[in-house]
Amino acid sequence: MEVVLFYILAGMILIFSVLTVTSRRILRAAVYLLFVLIAAAGLFFVLQFEFLAAVQLTLYAGGIIVLIIFSIMLTSHVSEKLEAPGIKKTAFALIACAAGAIVTISTILNYDFPAYSGGNVDASMKAIGTSLLGYKENGFALPFEVISLLLLAAMLGAIIIAKRKEN
Amino acid sequence: MIDKIGIEQFMILSTLMFFIGVYGFLVRKNLITMLMSVELILNAVNINFVAFNKFYYPQNLQGHFFAMFVIAIAATEVAVAIAIIISLYRKIRTIDVEEVDEMKY
Repeated sequence: MEVVLFYILAGMILIFSVLTVTSRRILRAAVYLLFVLIAAAGLFFVLQFEFLAAVQLTLYAGGIIVLIIFSIMLTSHVSEKLEAPGIKKTAFALIACAAGAIVTISTILNYDFPAYSGGNVDASMKAIGTSLLGYKENGFALPFEVISLLLLAAMLGAIIIAKRKEN
Repeated sequence: MIDKIGIEQFMILSTLMFFIGVYGFLVRKNLITMLMSVELILNAVNINFVAFNKFYYPQNLQGHFFAMFVIAIAATEVAVAIAIIISLYRKIRTIDVEEVDEMKY
């Protein structure tokens, strides 16, 4: 069951990723990206990280995609088509990416990974909460606070940059 | 069960997704579509982190938290990038990277 689900989700991710980077209508590209993110959330569900999957759905699929669609609406016409990239540029990008992918995949296939250890991850809300706010071993209190400062700084920065200048 | 899938499949999937994102970043000229390619790249990395957490370090949640912090940083990055894109559009009426050279010379 999980195997079938994994292959369905992986196929979805690959097909919609390719469509995201090749679609010439920008709004459609954003919707394809939404499908990629939802399929990735499905993969997290298969791996039994329910909280992370929920974060992925609300923050990525709910927040970031809406932000991107808003900015598309503000900066371009919905029916407008992007011009196709030149043949030379496409060819060079394809060669570079194919070379990188081949090198990485051959490394992965040649590396002898140890067998699955078989343990079950305790990703319950309680474990996540204690670990996220713990300051002892395996605690993430400091990065959590730093991230909150970063979010505040980004919020202020975004408001100041996008504010209309008065002249 | 999950052990029938194997970590190689997860890593191959995330490699392909990563390089599709790199391809989009190289060929696209519109700033928003480039931003979407960056999102693809970050998501590919998240899948790797979570798969390693599940397969080899199930006693801790390190990969899980790394993925969560990556998501948070992606959110801040998109917020600031879109603020820049909107202010750029207001100023020079385009978001094509080849025409944005205000600070070049």
